[in-house]
Amino acid sequence: MSVSKHFILGVFDDEDVLMHGVHDIRNLGVKIQEVFTPYPIHGLDENLGYKRSRLPMAAFLFGLTGCTLALSMMISMNGIDWPMNVGGKPNASIPNFIPITFEGTVLFAAFGMVGTFFVSSGLAPWSKPVIFDKRSTDDKFIVAIDLSKNKLSKDELSQILMSHGATEVNEKEL
Amino acid sequence: MLHHIEVSVDEQLSLSSKFKKNLNIALIVGVLLFTVGVLFAMFGGHGHEVAEASEGSHGHGPSFMMRIWAVLWQNAIFFTGISAMGLFFVCVQYVAWAGWSSVLKRIPEAMGAFIPVGGAIIVVIFLANYFLGHHDLLFHWLHHGIMEKGSENYDSIIAGKAAWLNLPFYLGRMIAFFGLWYFVWSKIRSYSLQEDLTGGESFYHKSGYLSAVFIIIFAVTTPMAAWDWIMSIDTHWFSTMFGWYVFASWWVTGLSTICLICVFLKENGYLKAMNMNHFHDLGKFMFAFSIFWTYIWFSQFLLIFYANLPEETVYFIDRIRGFDGKYTFLLFFNLFINFAFPFLALMTRDAKRQLSMLKVVTIAIIIGHWFDFYLMIMPGTTKGTSDLGLIELGTAISFGTLFIMVVTNSLTKAKLIPANHPFLKEAIQHNI
Repeated sequence: MSVSKHFILGVFDDEDVLMHGVHDIRNLGVKIQEVFTPYPIHGLDENLGYKRSRLPMAAFLFGLTGCTLALSMMISMNGIDWPMNVGGKPNASIPNFIPITFEGTVLFAAFGMVGTFFVSSGLAPWSKPVIFDKRSTDDKFIVAIDLSKNKLSKDELSQILMSHGATEVNEKEL
Repeated sequence: MLHHIEVSVDEQLSLSSKFKKNLNIALIVGVLLFTVGVLFAMFGGHGHEVAEASEGSHGHGPSFMMRIWAVLWQNAIFFTGISAMGLFFVCVQYVAWAGWSSVLKRIPEAMGAFIPVGGAIIVVIFLANYFLGHHDLLFHWLHHGIMEKGSENYDSIIAGKAAWLNLPFYLGRMIAFFGLWYFVWSKIRSYSLQEDLTGGESFYHKSGYLSAVFIIIFAVTTPMAAWDWIMSIDTHWFSTMFGWYVFASWWVTGLSTICLICVFLKENGYLKAMNMNHFHDLGKFMFAFSIFWTYIWFSQFLLIFYANLPEETVYFIDRIRGFDGKYTFLLFFNLFINFAFPFLALMTRDAKRQLSMLKVVTIAIIIGHWFDFYLMIMPGTTKGTSDLGLIELGTAISFGTLFIMVVTNSLTKAKLIPANHPFLKEAIQHNI
């Protein structure tokens, strides 16, 4: 990276302390970049003030694409390009096409959603994920604060983190 | 959530005298509409024309009396099924060890109170139809001499089903189903009420065991009930999907009824411990099972459409273009209001978390599935002489009001929130 970023990392031991800490720290006007936890914590996204994900919208659009593609494929193949009489049904017989249309919708929605999620959360195969603190995959909760996005100094931020229950405060430069 | 949620769970529903009065008025209006409709059909022109037209072609065509039997039967089956689904919902929650639903558990529990009432009505209608409706029997297989060789009514196909479709066994099954459902409901209810008084976990576990047993009983009895009460109307026809189809229709209507009652209670200041997360879950239930119903509906349709066997297609031909296209509109309307509408309306998270939206969708689903049952029962019984008029409106209002009366009465008899339910704390903290 061309411009290095400077992060202050607060390490928390306890989920409850973290939840209250995050809430109070944000109330002080500190902008928290990200929180890393070993497991999902209910309500943490709300506490961090995250906007709702637009993933459902992506899923809907992918599903719509799959639905349209499957239907138009079958209608063009069986109804227009190579009409065949199967069981005396009309060539473009919509009820017969519904199961595959359904499958196409689900397939596109599922794969599209997983792909979108991987790319948008930086988990694409080519991306190198940033690990702030390895212990966040074990038993520690890491609060990352971007120094450049906050007016407060490094010392003030560590003071705030410590006073809200962090057991240690580290720095990381990327 | 950040802070510990403290809400009062000590709630008791009390019905205002105005509400009770309105219910009485609704019942009277329903019965009046029904009576006026019957009088119109008897002395007005329309009913006669239809009856005469069909008599001309068939000899003994169904008269307007058949329309009355059929609509009574349809409403009795519809509302009794909803109440049984209230019991089923409670049992599913026990077996799943679900915590979130404990806050609203009393509503489906109260819905079960209609099982004995609806069951008695069904038995009475069936017997009345058998003894009084000589030319207007709801069930083809009940016709005199239809299973006797040599009789002019003899039908060898129906005679082949005599082992299952005979009056003592049929009636016995019917009473046994209601007896079983009512027995389990009264047990679950009494455990729940005792839990209110004494607390502890023992009643929860007892209810859990009973629920597991009941789900098996219910899985066997609902398809049989569907074959007996609805599928055997078209005695020649059969579909292995039919049991699940009727179950799906009842179940999604039951879920909508639970949600609608919760919405009304919430709007009137009750169920303070219930928040939008609970409604979101109920909305997901309705969304999912609207799709499930469509899945079953379509699976049944597709198999019959694809195989194209005359003895099977007759069911859908009657509904798609039979009787001069009488039911064509309803068939597509059924798919629209029970699938397309809830599917699109409940798709977003916000929609499921809005009481006004939930109210619209639940009412649409309940009305939609009333028409679903209408479509199952009318073509086979009335042979196209059914109608949508004052008789149908009056019957639906009467049965609906009776249902509300029984359910609200049952709701007032216990605390609205089971305060000693072991999972109640989890339900109050529920956050999704």
